Amino acid sequence: MSASEMWNIFLMQGFAGLSLFSVLLLMGLGLAIIFGQMGVINMAHGEFMTIGAYTIFMLSSLTETYAPTLTPYYFFVAIIVAFILAFAVGWMAEWALIRHLYRRPLDTLLATWGLSLGMQQIFRSTFGAKEVSPTLPEWLLGSWAPAEGLDIPINGMFVMGLTLLVTAGVFLMLYRSRWGLRVRATVSNRTMANAIGINTKKTDRMTFAIGCGIAGVAGAAFTTIGSTGPTSGSLYIVDAFLVVTFGGAASLLGTVASAFGIAQTQSISEFFLTGSMAKVLTLLTIITILMIRPQGLFALKVRR
Amino acid sequence: MSNSDFVLAIEDLTVSFDGFKAIDALTLYVDKGELRVIIGPNGAGKTTLLDLICGKTKASGGSIKFKNNEMTKLAEHQIVRSGIGRKFQTPSIYENLSVFKNLEVSFPRGRGVFGALAFKCTDDVKARIEEVAAEIGLADQLNTEAGLLSHGQKQWLEIGMLLMQDPELLMLDEPIAGMSVRERELTAELLERICRNRSMIVIEHDMDFVKKIAHKVTVMHQGKILAEGPMDKVQNDPKVIDVYLGH
Amino acid sequence: MDKLKKWLGTSDMAGIVVLALVVFVVLPGTVDIFRLNLVGKYLTYAFVAVGLVMLWGYGGILSLGQGVFFGLGGYCMAMFLKLEASDPISTKIQSTPGIPDFMDWNQITQLPIWWEPFRSLPFAILALLLVPTILAFIVGFAMFKRRVGGVYFAIITQAVALVLSVLIIGQQGYTGGVNGITDLKTMLGWDIRTDSAKYILYFANAVLLFGAIFACRAVQRSKLGTLLLAMRDKEDRVRFSGYDVANFKVFVFCLAAMLCGLGGAMFALQVGFMSPSFVGIVPSIEMVIFAAVGGRMSLVGAVYGTLLVNFGKTYFSETFPQLWLFLMAALFIGVVLAFPNGIAGLYESYVKPWLLKSKAPRDTGAPTAQVTPEATPATPPRTSAAPARALDSAPSGKQPDGVGPAVA
Repeated sequence: MSASEMWNIFLMQGFAGLSLFSVLLLMGLGLAIIFGQMGVINMAHGEFMTIGAYTIFMLSSLTETYAPTLTPYYFFVAIIVAFILAFAVGWMAEWALIRHLYRRPLDTLLATWGLSLGMQQIFRSTFGAKEVSPTLPEWLLGSWAPAEGLDIPINGMFVMGLTLLVTAGVFLMLYRSRWGLRVRATVSNRTMANAIGINTKKTDRMTFAIGCGIAGVAGAAFTTIGSTGPTSGSLYIVDAFLVVTFGGAASLLGTVASAFGIAQTQSISEFFLTGSMAKVLTLLTIITILMIRPQGLFALKVRR
Repeated sequence: MSNSDFVLAIEDLTVSFDGFKAIDALTLYVDKGELRVIIGPNGAGKTTLLDLICGKTKASGGSIKFKNNEMTKLAEHQIVRSGIGRKFQTPSIYENLSVFKNLEVSFPRGRGVFGALAFKCTDDVKARIEEVAAEIGLADQLNTEAGLLSHGQKQWLEIGMLLMQDPELLMLDEPIAGMSVRERELTAELLERICRNRSMIVIEHDMDFVKKIAHKVTVMHQGKILAEGPMDKVQNDPKVIDVYLGH
Repeated sequence: MDKLKKWLGTSDMAGIVVLALVVFVVLPGTVDIFRLNLVGKYLTYAFVAVGLVMLWGYGGILSLGQGVFFGLGGYCMAMFLKLEASDPISTKIQSTPGIPDFMDWNQITQLPIWWEPFRSLPFAILALLLVPTILAFIVGFAMFKRRVGGVYFAIITQAVALVLSVLIIGQQGYTGGVNGITDLKTMLGWDIRTDSAKYILYFANAVLLFGAIFACRAVQRSKLGTLLLAMRDKEDRVRFSGYDVANFKVFVFCLAAMLCGLGGAMFALQVGFMSPSFVGIVPSIEMVIFAAVGGRMSLVGAVYGTLLVNFGKTYFSETFPQLWLFLMAALFIGVVLAFPNGIAGLYESYVKPWLLKSKAPRDTGAPTAQVTPEATPATPPRTSAAPARALDSAPSGKQPDGVGPAVA
């Protein structure tokens, strides 16, 4: 194998890693808001991703049946609907469940695990146990070949762009908007935030729902690289938590960096090892690093 | 002068949080059997100083010598075992355990994992618990759940837990905060009694109380020592009046 | 009768005795060997639940990776049994006789070196206890010495569970992959598949379980037990009383892991196989719910919780498979929102006051063992039982976690 072929494979593997990076980052971003900012362990986060993925599937079926001419465009609308649906379910979950459990993080973990089991069964009853795939628009398929022997899939680039957009949006919202200000105030001192007139209950609900909504977008991105089943989301939950902890729970920048690191380690080592061993290697690396540096990569210096 | 004359010798101690120097090149000596009171405005670094001595916060520079041994590199439990006891600002006791159990757990025996498994509450332990309970005025409350005690009694219980360890240096962070007048008097008497064979550092704001108990007073301001000496001298120091006591 | 009721109401041994009656007399006397074997299987999970009571209820440390230790114990036992079942004569149709069948299917021609020592039963027994313990020690030491706890510990242990299950499934040739190690037949020539063997194993397992309960009870009543409770609520105070807090956490984590290993080994013996489906994330979290349903502070409750959830699972997943997951979801949510102290908590607040109260009208033949929650006034347990128990250091329900009074 020549050096340039090696290089091409390396690049393609790297781009394949970018798709995984996108899904991990979108999952991680939602979780960074819910877990990093609110301290809620949302074990059902994967199921909110699945909501997004099934939304794409439903809308693709609907479009195919009723308006086949719109097939090239439905995807954009579907992403927004995925966000809205996951947002709405998240809003209800916070109201029904999460709000009773603040300050009991380990109990939240169990309760949201229960929630995830229930949601999985709902998916199974509604869509069946078999995995489904939406019909993706033509333009998302195929690949771009900038050089001989180098194929870069278009869906990967699209998802990448989507991720960048969402990431930028989250940064802007958290650090530039009134909502972001309220969230950060609530996080750093709930009592004080309450006292100066921030409706912390509403802020919590909004924050949780937005985190879930972003997981819904992650689900939309997921449909371009895999097929959706009732338990698809749960496959990503551990990775998502590791992304957030590894990056340093309260740091969005850390989330981005660690999602990139994890996805690339996984994807590139997959070329040399079997998929499962690549996964083991990646996870072990993260666990080891977290044992040595438990605060994650980008920890805030807190005066205790 | 050799450091060994002092129970505690702090020299050039500095700690900074992201550039903010909470303690700034501080030097302080405490004699054997001395009861030192540290006063100063909020944010002067009083509690941080105690945190540094007992290892809760790690120093950025300088040294803390206890009986001539360096403390800055030791873990918290090692510092405690070498003879430094620390009471926290808010009463820190095991609310779900009885007063007896609170004191028993603080008895300095069976501190390792297997030591704790094998630990038996023998007669000498019981005798010590009763002795300390009498000292802190909780002799008839031994079976009460600690959470049910009054605020003042909780403060005393925590002092009692420290006495169980018989520390050579006892550090109390605002021991009379939230106490009634009567409780304050009792506490002052208690501190005088227990100070007889050990050194103490007390942080306090109540000037009458300070006058009553202090051998020597240290005034801290912005992480540094502003003045030090007997109470009446410090009280008339214009710098101290300026930043803390007021005119 | 009244004396009996009073004893039931006050002594913490009562709960253990009643459970012993259920496990040693009632169940073996009423159900057939097939069902009893099933109960035996559930009771192996109870080791995990009992360990979680110590680790989570007392220590306040939630591990989501207990399946790892259960699995390691089970695999150590299964490896021994598999080697015994793979003698050259019974595996003569293989291309390499004398090695486990799944190795042969995966074109492995020689027994891996790390399988060799598992030919010895003493080694296997030592390994099934020590391998989980040592892994727990490494993970616990690294995490607790750096003061990582709570949620982060839960996430890391979960990741460990994922790693081990992926590893076992991925390394088919050495581990039997997703099917696990199956067709276990004899232990030192003794056929473990016969009915009589199943009876003996059931009782052996039950005896070990009670041994575990008594050991944990001893730990709870020692100063170490008090320290665990103290650490859970005021970690800094314990540290500044001269204790190295991390060591105690490592100890209780290792203890729980060792119990899991024992449970896993008894599982492999009684059920005749071991597979990665007991190692990963899902089973590990499910094991937490056993302890939670039983009451996270109660050793005896943990056993009842395990039995109840598993009977429920078997019944519903056979009869209404769709309903089971919803029920499981409801269990998780309900036990957290409504019954944080599980069955043991219900017992404390309803049954116990009734047992204690009815000793007053001595003349009437008080109602017999028929215990109906409706018949009892909903007095909080503290009012009646607190003075007697104050020294026993029962945690109150006041703290945010809502951890309630303890029953042994």
